[in-house]
Amino acid sequence: MMASSYKDEDGHISVSGSGAAAGGGSLRTKKPENTAFKQQRLPAWQPILTAGTVLPAFFIIGLIFIPIGIGLYVTSNNIKEFEIDYTGVDMSSPCFNCSKSFSWNSTKPCTCSIPFHLDQSYESNVFMYYGLSNFYQNHRRYVKSRDDSQLNGNEKSLEEPSKECEPYAKHDNKPIAPCGAIANSMFNDTLELFYNDPNGTKIQIPLTATGIAWWTDKHVKFRNPGVENMNLTAVFQGTTKPVNWHRPVYELDTDPDNNGFINEDFIVWMRTAALPTFRKLYRIIQRRNNMLPTLPRGNYTLEVVYNYPVRSFEGRKRMILSTISWMGGKNPFLGIAYITVGSVCFLLGVVLLIIHHKYGNRNNGADISH
Amino acid sequence: MFTDFLSFMVLFNFIIPVSMYVTVEMQKFLGSFFITWDKDFFDPEIKEGALVNTSDLNEELGQVEYIFTDKTGTLTQNNMEFIECCIDGFQYRHREDSSELDGVCVTDGPVNKVQQKAGTEREELFLRALCLCHTVQVKESTKNGRDQIDQIDQVDGLGADEEVLHPPQKERGFIASSPDEIALVQGAMRYGFTFLGLESKNMKILNRNKDVETYELLHVLNFDPVRRRMSVMVRSKTGDILLFCKGADSSIFPRVRQEEVERIRMHVERNATDGYRTLCVAYKHLSAEEYANADAGLREAKLALQDREEKLMDVYNQVETEMTLIGATAVEDQLQDEAAQTMEALQVAGMKVWVLTGDKMETAKSTCYACGLFKKNTELLELTLRTLEDGGRRREERLHDLLLEYHKKAVQDAPPAKLGITRSWSVASHGFGFIIDGASLSMVLSSSSESNSSLYKNLLLQICQNCTAVLCCRMAPLQKAQIVRLVKNSKGSPITLSIGDGANDVSMILEAHVGIGIKGKEGRQAVKNSDYAIPKLKHLKKLLLAHGHLYYVRIAHLVQYFFYKNLCFILPQFLYQFFCGFSQQPLYDAAYLTMYNICFTSMPILAYSLLEQHICIEVLLDNSTLYREIAKNAMLRWKLFLYWTALGLFHGLVFFFGVRFLFSNPALQDNGQVFGNWSYGTIVFTVLVFTVTLKLALVTRHWTWINHFVIWGSLAFYVFFSFFWGGIIWPFLRHQRLYFVFANMLSSVSAWLVIILLILLSLLPEILLVVLRKPRGPHARQMKRRLPSSGTSTIFMLSQTASTHSFSWSD
Repeated sequence: MMASSYKDEDGHISVSGSGAAAGGGSLRTKKPENTAFKQQRLPAWQPILTAGTVLPAFFIIGLIFIPIGIGLYVTSNNIKEFEIDYTGVDMSSPCFNCSKSFSWNSTKPCTCSIPFHLDQSYESNVFMYYGLSNFYQNHRRYVKSRDDSQLNGNEKSLEEPSKECEPYAKHDNKPIAPCGAIANSMFNDTLELFYNDPNGTKIQIPLTATGIAWWTDKHVKFRNPGVENMNLTAVFQGTTKPVNWHRPVYELDTDPDNNGFINEDFIVWMRTAALPTFRKLYRIIQRRNNMLPTLPRGNYTLEVVYNYPVRSFEGRKRMILSTISWMGGKNPFLGIAYITVGSVCFLLGVVLLIIHHKYGNRNNGADISH
Repeated sequence: MFTDFLSFMVLFNFIIPVSMYVTVEMQKFLGSFFITWDKDFFDPEIKEGALVNTSDLNEELGQVEYIFTDKTGTLTQNNMEFIECCIDGFQYRHREDSSELDGVCVTDGPVNKVQQKAGTEREELFLRALCLCHTVQVKESTKNGRDQIDQIDQVDGLGADEEVLHPPQKERGFIASSPDEIALVQGAMRYGFTFLGLESKNMKILNRNKDVETYELLHVLNFDPVRRRMSVMVRSKTGDILLFCKGADSSIFPRVRQEEVERIRMHVERNATDGYRTLCVAYKHLSAEEYANADAGLREAKLALQDREEKLMDVYNQVETEMTLIGATAVEDQLQDEAAQTMEALQVAGMKVWVLTGDKMETAKSTCYACGLFKKNTELLELTLRTLEDGGRRREERLHDLLLEYHKKAVQDAPPAKLGITRSWSVASHGFGFIIDGASLSMVLSSSSESNSSLYKNLLLQICQNCTAVLCCRMAPLQKAQIVRLVKNSKGSPITLSIGDGANDVSMILEAHVGIGIKGKEGRQAVKNSDYAIPKLKHLKKLLLAHGHLYYVRIAHLVQYFFYKNLCFILPQFLYQFFCGFSQQPLYDAAYLTMYNICFTSMPILAYSLLEQHICIEVLLDNSTLYREIAKNAMLRWKLFLYWTALGLFHGLVFFFGVRFLFSNPALQDNGQVFGNWSYGTIVFTVLVFTVTLKLALVTRHWTWINHFVIWGSLAFYVFFSFFWGGIIWPFLRHQRLYFVFANMLSSVSAWLVIILLILLSLLPEILLVVLRKPRGPHARQMKRRLPSSGTSTIFMLSQTASTHSFSWSD
């Protein structure tokens, strides 16, 4: 096809070249070129979806989706999750006093401890989340109230935060670091976990505070200003802490690799949640000993330093302990959805097969009668 | 509050597919090139292809319901050939091929006598009249023409071109304003009288004995459409002054001595029914005195400053009286190539063909028969001056009665068969043809009372609409436009198409929705004023049935797909407002919002709307009935629009809530880390882009490499862009919202699974529909295949009429 069209083209050019000398060239060039594209004759694949081709697809989808769904469902079910609300709304709740008598300027932190019982032991690494409800971290004006170039260590932005941070850009004529509403409202409850040994002793469970933020966030997106290994106190000289914070940003942690803007609690908070009810990773409980479960079955106490007020907006605070599988946290939705879609496909396949079979016979009969 | 309103406006403005206008314009503009490029529209004779003057009407070509066609030059070639003449009632017929059925023809000798021969004197007088009574000029530059041909022959040496170039050489001798005259002069040449040219008022004729006769040309009494005749006054060598006159029978017969008329009238009428253009020739000896009078009168009239036309007319009328009829000529205006097949195909496609012509009724009627517009069993309803004068009553009353009678016949008693594929065949078997002439039309349109006028108009329209074919003869150019307007503004405002080649068709070309010019012999007026210009009538078939059909289907899909894809684009964003406190938070990143319609989803639909052939062109051309499937805007109806809207809603809901349920636990990575709102939006957007693109892929029936390239290319580009956009800390930007969001999303198994699940779930109903619709498919296709094959064979039979070949075919 292409070969012939090229040949035509060549012939066409030679004719028009000499035709121009004869005075008829301008007419000649009007002849449309005989190329496959211009004649709308490009070789084309014309798929026709017939019951014959689609039916196997239905069965295959069904056969693939149902096992995946079952796998997902089982995996999700095997994930152990424990959730406890420590907001302190009820009078009976240990944190009721803290939540009720909350004041912004109290110097002495309010603490409360909530006992709970784990029915089963958690074998693998346990991930500790805090959950907030009715907290619209996805509100437009909240989401945009940050300055990523300041968080990236830009000195200029440190001194002159973006307008987006308003009204949390400056305080007492000093730039706020980190600026913006998101940073200002950072979750600052301290959660500690104690195992109540059957013999009466309280053993604190070691919590890892690193590895909770995205690697790229921790290492690229968030940078402390100044050069490497510089004293953070000096770097943040001339800035002020966010209004609601108790400590300045360079005192978030003692570990210099987890301090300032690259504090992982801070980074996690800065990744705004998609929905008003969300959870964020708080700590990781590493499995220490292969012989012992990470969290054995038994009684525990959650010690809370209650700094974060949520009752003014009807919010709720939760602490979640969860194991993790390859699909993430516990969520039966995917498994159920896969099983449903797979079954529907399979059923449709069967129904269609029956219809197709019956219809196919009739069709043949009609053809013969003709 | 007002700023909230404005924010919502900004957020949801994508629901109005602004980018659609850009894409539609591009589709129309680029799409029109395919018409220009089509080599089937290339006519080797005039060395030109189709011309597109507007790119706005491509899809209208697929919606045409009424075709108004000119006759001369459109249905016919305007290429006159002298067929026969009749001298003193004796028929002279010249045939070069002996395949005629009557078999009486003798091929040798310049004159073939069918029955008897008229007197030689009369014969020669007639031929001299043909040679003298015209305004033909002899072309001087014959030698140049020959040279040019030689040159071109040397250049390309193509057989096809040679064939094309030779006919002009044959008739290169003459130039005239009307091709009829050339035909007549050539006819005379065939019988031995050659017109050599006009030299200083002397006309030279080479007679049968190879002698040159010279006549002094005294006066030319010009042709005009009102008189419908022309005359010349010549003085022969011997000093006799002769007046030769030729013209339409109706204008000659009253001016000649009546005893001669009957013999010739028979011939003229038979010729007219055969579809030939007839002219009668008369002559008159002028005495010196008569000539002096006439000469004086003419000179005076020519010099008149006021009313010159009328005065000239008076003198002409005085001179052209009491002539002697010597004979009549019949000139054939051959039908255009494949005129009958084209008309048949257009009728089968559900279009109604109206012939609007200035010619006389008999000629036009026979052309209609020849084109297959009227068939043997078509019942003709005539509304002409003749039928109006039949009853002997007043014309107005007669008009009223006739209209009511025809209305009863054609509309009220018509079988209630409505739209449908079967209708074409029932109509073809029996139907009405309607004939109206200009005078009657003006009576209908400008009836004395206002109420009558609108009633008549309505009746006329209803009658016409129920007829398979309508012939309007003796139409003035403005009347043609009037007819078009009448139909255009009728109920349902059907799409009209006018096709013509001459300046007299310009008004109707401009009036109709789609105006098509034929690049004919009558100048470029029609072409310049048309929307599309094609070299030949036969090209109309492909233009409408293939190009029109495809463009309509393409643009219909384009428009609906755009609404669909923007609906399922914005719906998740709308739903997200319920979850973010109605704070106008966009679900997608600004880059995605901007690029969605520009880059990610625009190219596949553009390529689709340019290249799609849901039925391939050959099948479209073979099965005219397919055109009916898209008639009456069938693909842009509420039903289909609702289907696409429902699909968009369904997809939007699936995208949003699928991800919403996934995010009920945002810890989606296997290291326990959580996803935020931008990940949410990116997952929805990924599902969205893939689904709408794959949905288009499911609709595409014609996968060229371009389709493959843009569809898979768009998806690849999306992935590439997302990596790129999220892979860099962008300098000069204060926000790095999407930094590594896409890559992180892909590192989560759950995100992969949900993307696959949601795409599949969205497309499942579509696939299901295809399968459920399919059972009708093969069956319907078989039916379609069967019908046209019988259709083409009937066309073949009709065109071959009495030829012996048709018997061997239908053994």
